[in-house]
Amino acid sequence: MLIEKPSDLKYSDVTPKAVYTNRREFLAALGMGGALLMTHEADAGTKLEVSSKSPFSTTEKINSYQDVTTYNNFYEFGTQKNEPAEYARNYRTSPWTVSVEGLVEKPREFDLTSLMKLAPLEERIYRHRCVEAWSIVVPWAGYSLSALLKSVGVSPKARYVAFQSDYDPKQMPHAYGIRFPYVEGLRLDEAMHPLALLCFGMYGEALPPQDGAPVRLVAPWKYGFKSIKSIVKIKLVEKQPRCTWNEMAPSEYGFYSNVNPHVDHPRWSQANERRLGELFRRPTLMFNGYEKEVANLYTGLDLKKNF
Amino acid sequence: MENLAVRPEPAKASPKSVRIASKAVLWLLCLGPAFWLVWRGFHNGLGANPVEYITHKTGDWTLRFILITLAVTPARKLLKQPQLIRFRRLFGLFAFFYGCLHFTTWFWLDKSLDFGEMWKDVVKRPFITVGFVGFVSLVPLAVTSTAGWIRRLGGRNWQRLHRLVYLTGAAGVVHYYWLVKSDVRLPVMYGAILAVLLAFRLKR
Repeated sequence: MLIEKPSDLKYSDVTPKAVYTNRREFLAALGMGGALLMTHEADAGTKLEVSSKSPFSTTEKINSYQDVTTYNNFYEFGTQKNEPAEYARNYRTSPWTVSVEGLVEKPREFDLTSLMKLAPLEERIYRHRCVEAWSIVVPWAGYSLSALLKSVGVSPKARYVAFQSDYDPKQMPHAYGIRFPYVEGLRLDEAMHPLALLCFGMYGEALPPQDGAPVRLVAPWKYGFKSIKSIVKIKLVEKQPRCTWNEMAPSEYGFYSNVNPHVDHPRWSQANERRLGELFRRPTLMFNGYEKEVANLYTGLDLKKNF
Repeated sequence: MENLAVRPEPAKASPKSVRIASKAVLWLLCLGPAFWLVWRGFHNGLGANPVEYITHKTGDWTLRFILITLAVTPARKLLKQPQLIRFRRLFGLFAFFYGCLHFTTWFWLDKSLDFGEMWKDVVKRPFITVGFVGFVSLVPLAVTSTAGWIRRLGGRNWQRLHRLVYLTGAAGVVHYYWLVKSDVRLPVMYGAILAVLLAFRLKR
């Protein structure tokens, strides 16, 4: 389902009864024992139950697990790309809670297990394009963020979704270079787009810490930094929320930050990119190749101004 | 300022064999980073983005060798080892060597040897402009690094020309500073070292 503008949303759109009752049933079924048994699903490397393939998946060659886990931008664990793999190694992701709050009918603090069980996990093989002009192809595992938003019931006043990463200075002594905690945001209709993935795993396993364990966002038509990692809070709001990089350098990183080969970063070209594992650069695709899916979200919007 | 160019120190202390041996050792040391890259290349050690890794490492070493070259004069004076001048050209040429590798990696693997594409970037992007200026400024220095050119230009002119290396150093630091997204600790550190080395010259 594509929702063009936030104003098109009806209450019934965002909280279908089926989802709502489903959640109840699930919660009822989930006893203490179940919760204990399932805590281990959060640990990095644990195999995940991935129910289905997704039509959104690309058939492009997947990058190696090695590439995706040793080349990370995750400033909480160091500013060099090889650092998160080392400095996030002992990051504790259990217990973990995600608070869903703000303009919602039923604000709720989810523990990771119940959050993971909210909808079946799908494998989504997405292209991932960093604002630094490199890219990877990753088999993520998760479900559309819309499933979560529908389950809590988005108030009609909500226009944006604000996300916040965990920030624990004790566990993140190498955090540097930006303001913490890391925050990001999407317009509500972007967040409701089925491509926007609430992601718990990759390569059939729970996320490793350096890739955003235990739960992250993946918005594949946007530059990678929009896909916030290690989420602890999701808040539905009326005004455009703060976004870390946008705040750091507004002329370089826009709120939208849609992948766009025609709008260069002030310091480098975005017309092409280096796919990890390839020697020469390849052209960058509009909306990172998801133009067919997401272009209608931005009808009438000047993408050069709203970069 | 003392005219360094026309007065290669007689270095009476060390016999020829020692001088040759010390230069040979230094050569190998200076080639170390390049060998290291090649070795890592053959042992899967260049990381997930080898092109970026090579670009960054060769860039680092270009800047480091520029700073080492600029440190020779202060070191001679402070350590009272005037014969260190013997090694200055070698360091300078290694700065040029790593600069060539750095530039070539970028021009070949990022710009696919397309002059038009290269020039577009040079003109449009300040961090590339300044890096390019730094690299180009090394060319006349490398070309005129021989004893023959010192003679041809005359010591005074030669020295004037070679003050261009101050610009090279500044360009290298700014190039690095403008490249990073937010963590400027390393470029600032290189900038501080450069400032100290240049201040030493002002002082005299």
